[in-house]
Parts: sequence; structure tokens; C-alpha cells
Amino acid sequence: MIEVGGLTVKFGGVTSLDNMSVTFDAGTCGLIGPNGAGKTTFFNVLSGFVRPATGSVRAFGDDLLSIVHFRRARWGVRRTFQTEQAIEELSVFDNVALVHEHAGQPRASRRADVLGAISFVGLDIDPASPVATLGVAQRRLVEVARAVVGRPRLVLLDEPAAGLPDAETESLAEVIRQIPARTGALTILVDHDMSLVSGCCETTAVLDFGKLIAAGPTAQVLRDERVMRAYLGTAEVA
Amino acid sequence: MLDVAESPDSADSRASGRQSGLRLPARPTLIRAGVIVVLLVFVLLGLPQLLSLYYVDAMTQVAVYAMVALGLGVLVGRVGLMSLGQVAVLAIGAWSAARLLFGTGQPYPLVLLEAGLVTMILGTVLLLPALRLRGLYLALITLMLAGAVTVVLATLNFPNGGRGFTGYNGNQTHIPPIRRPSIATSDPAYFRYAVVVAVVMFALVAVHIRTRPGRAWAAIRQSEPAALAVGINTTAYKLWAVALASFVTGVAGGVYAGAVHYLYSIDFAAYTSITILAVVLMGGAYNLWGAVVAGLLMQLLPALLQNWGVSNDWLTILFGIGVVQVLTTAPRGLADQFPKDMAKLGKLLLGLVRRPVPAVPETGGETP
Repeated sequence: MIEVGGLTVKFGGVTSLDNMSVTFDAGTCGLIGPNGAGKTTFFNVLSGFVRPATGSVRAFGDDLLSIVHFRRARWGVRRTFQTEQAIEELSVFDNVALVHEHAGQPRASRRADVLGAISFVGLDIDPASPVATLGVAQRRLVEVARAVVGRPRLVLLDEPAAGLPDAETESLAEVIRQIPARTGALTILVDHDMSLVSGCCETTAVLDFGKLIAAGPTAQVLRDERVMRAYLGTAEVA
Repeated sequence: MLDVAESPDSADSRASGRQSGLRLPARPTLIRAGVIVVLLVFVLLGLPQLLSLYYVDAMTQVAVYAMVALGLGVLVGRVGLMSLGQVAVLAIGAWSAARLLFGTGQPYPLVLLEAGLVTMILGTVLLLPALRLRGLYLALITLMLAGAVTVVLATLNFPNGGRGFTGYNGNQTHIPPIRRPSIATSDPAYFRYAVVVAVVMFALVAVHIRTRPGRAWAAIRQSEPAALAVGINTTAYKLWAVALASFVTGVAGGVYAGAVHYLYSIDFAAYTSITILAVVLMGGAYNLWGAVVAGLLMQLLPALLQNWGVSNDWLTILFGIGVVQVLTTAPRGLADQFPKDMAKLGKLLLGLVRRPVPAVPETGGETP
């Protein structure tokens, strides 16, 4: 369980997150909102790339913000990026193993764990092939494999389906749905594809201009008037 | 293809033949190792017999500058740190080695190791504040650093066998030369010695690249956020790269000291760093062979031009054009591009030879 309390992030005069308070329970949770709503900023706070002005994040009883960014992978934070960041120079195997060796996982189980993660995401290619030779869909899967290897506790997926054709989005959704069952990790999914979000997430939170405007069961949230208004672009009535 | 339910072991079965570790061994490794061994035997045994002393000396310098290029290649090619201060680092290595060789009777390999370690510490400390900078700013800071070291060298003079840290004795009429290892006092023998040291340094860097630090560096170079997200302590690994590069360059300085016998501050002019960066970019910073090419460009080319009576100024022009040409047409350097071009040329020649043959099946159409 992740409890976010009064989280505010400011970049100069711009308030990216405005007093955000929300609780994510176990399973897969959606986080949606128009462009610039603060979704990626929230992920960057959880990854430690952005220091919030105020607020707290308690993750499974630990104060996440007090952990140095590069140590958070060891704690169990995993993430994918909006523009995929599979390391081109390394093979598929080394890409996934990178997390395993830096997140303090036992060396003895490395091969089995890494190959297990690669097959879990359904990458049907030689693990020795360099990432530079892969297409976008496969690179995304490499990133997802990196996110599920070696005891993750919090998996952050930042628009994993961006730029993917429908058929591949559907198979990716299948993988995402199985992440909590396989790893036991709390998964937060950011995406603009509403069918992906409603297909994967039991609960969903909505951000608009840095403010949390709705949170709850996905179907209910998507019918919420304020959410419709935020997406359709009508002026905020408050 | 993406169906999770029915493809749980496809990756497993494919990789099952491999033994352990993270690196999955590639098939051409054995061939590559064979080529390297043959080349080394030729360089160590054949080359000193074939070349005149003039070129043997030039090739010793090639070995030294291949090591310098190797160190800079680690910075530029692995973690993306553009340094224009490598000559200063080389000078620190040469100074430390010269001082140790004059002041103590230690065996040469030990002196090289110590010079490397001293340079590693000093080089890392000097670059520590620069680690927060990238790109142009880092290049500028390191260039200024190289300039500062040059000024210090010009003021203090290199040790020439006198007493104390600077070890400079201006009154002395007979200045003792910096000694060489007892097994390698002649020029051809010292050339072999330098090549062996260079091979050890290349092996050291190769091991780094193939293992944990190399993988971490690859991640850092592509994307620091991604590297942090997978748990890499980016600052520590960058420092590691700087330390390794400084160590290798310091050892190169030690080899240089013995090669030239006398050190002068003018040999370590700050602008030489720019030439070093240029040849590293031309040779290829992402490839270990690139460092060898860089060493040849840096030292053999000037020796050839001098022998042919061509002014060295042409070299500056040549390098200027060369860098632009290489960066626009082959951004990964000559060491990466040359084999590709050769393969293309081979195909082209093969096509020319075979051209008359396919004329028959083309017209026949149905013929098997």
C-alpha cells in the first residue's frame, strides 16, 4: 500500500503537483489525466528524480522519499519510461540482468530470474540479441521485463503502450494484468489508452493540472463528471 | 508472439546451452582471439626486425599514445565525458614515474604501477568537481586544467635527477637520463616492453567493459535516469571510469618517461589534448581498436610525414578535415567503419567476378 500525503512539486512558478493525497492499494492501479497533469512528475517523485516541496510518501510502511534515488531499485521500485529506455548497447539478457545485479539480488538465481522475466513478458527472441536490433514493441517488453525482475514491490509503468498497434497493446495488457499475481508488486499504470487502463486496473486516480480530481473503482471514476470535463477540456467549475 | 500463457520456456530453451555468468559468449570470440595473438606475435617479434630505429621509436610512441587514447576512450566512449585534459594526466604520470625512477631503485613494473596509482588518485581528485558538468563545460574545464598543469610544469621544470620533489638541478652539466628496465635498455627491446604494457592495459579495460562496470557505463551513457532507475550509483560508476582512465594514462606516462629519457614541459602542451581527442574520435571511441588507430594517427603519421619531408602543419589541417569527415560519415570511428567498408568492397569485387554466371538462370526462368 502506498500512502501519498499532501505532495506538492514546484518547478519555478509552475506547480506540477498540488497537494496530492491518495492511497494506492494492492493490485494494478491506473493513473490518468490530460497532458501536463503531473502523472510523470508523480512517477519522478517516486523514482527520486524530483524532490517535492512538501508532502510524504509511505510505501509499505517505509518513508520512500528518504531513500536516495539509486537505492530505490534495491528497495523495490521499478519503472518504465514514456520514451522507452532499453539500453541499446547491451543484449536483452544484460538489460534485464542490469536491474538484478544492481538491486542486490542473489547472484546464484540471476540466470533463472532474468530468463524467467524475459519469458514472462513473452519476448520470443534469443536473449543474447542486442537491443539495438529490436523494434519498438520488443524494446517496450524488455523494459517491462526489467520492471518485473528481482522482487519488485512497486512497479511504475509510464505509457507502456504508447506507439504500439492495437494487437500488441492487447498482449501487453495481458502481461500487465499478471504482474501483481506474479510478483506481488503494487503496479501503477499511466496511459492515455482508456481501454488499456479499464482493462488492467481495478482502481484509478485522475490528475488534472496537478490536482487529484477523482479516485476509486475504475468504472466509476471514468463516469465521473469532473473527469469527463477534464478530458473534454471544458473550463473548471470547481 | 506475446502470448504469455503458452510461451513460458522459449527463452529458457534457447539459452540452455550456455554455462553461467551474464555475458553470453559469442561465436567469433575464438577467431578474434586468434587474430589478436597472430598480430601480437608479429608486432613483438617481426616489427622491430623490419623497421629502422627511427620507426621503432615512433612505434614506441604509438604504444604510449594508444594507451592515452584507450583512457580517453573509456571517458568519451563509455560514460560520455569529453575531456580535454588528458595531456595533463599523462604529464602527472610521467612526472611520478620519473621521480620514482630517479629517487628509488624499484623495479620498473612496480614504478609503472605506482605512477598509475598516483595518477589515478590525482586525476580523479582533479576531475571530481568537473563530474557535475557535462559536454562543452566539462571539455572547457578540463582544457583549463591542462593549461594550469602546463604552467606548473613550465615553472617547476621536470625532474632531471636533482634532489627533492622537483628534482631539478640547473647547474648540472651532465644530466642523467631516465632509466629503462634492465631487460629493455635498447630501443627495440623497449618497444616490445611498451607493447606488452599496452596489451596489459587494453586487457584491463576490456575486462571492465565486459563485466559489471561496462554494463553500468552503457546504461549511464544512454540515459542517466534509466541507469538510476535500475539501481546504478551513477556518480560512483563515473568516478570509476575516471579512475580507470587516469590509471591507464598514468602508466602510459611512465612508459613515455623511459622512452624519451628526458622530460620537457614543452612535450605536454595543453593543445596536444585537443589533438588527442581528435584522433580518438577519428579512430573510434566506442571500440578498443579505435585506440590503436588513434595511436597510429597521433604518432606514426607525423613520423612518416617528417621522413617524407612534409611539414607537420599539414597534419593539423588533415586532422581537422578528418574529424569532420569521420563524424559526418562514420560517427563510430574508423575502427568501426573500416571492416564494414572492406566487407562492402569484398562483396563488390565478388559481384564483379561472378557477374557473367547468373546470366543463364535469369533467361531460363524455370530452370532449377
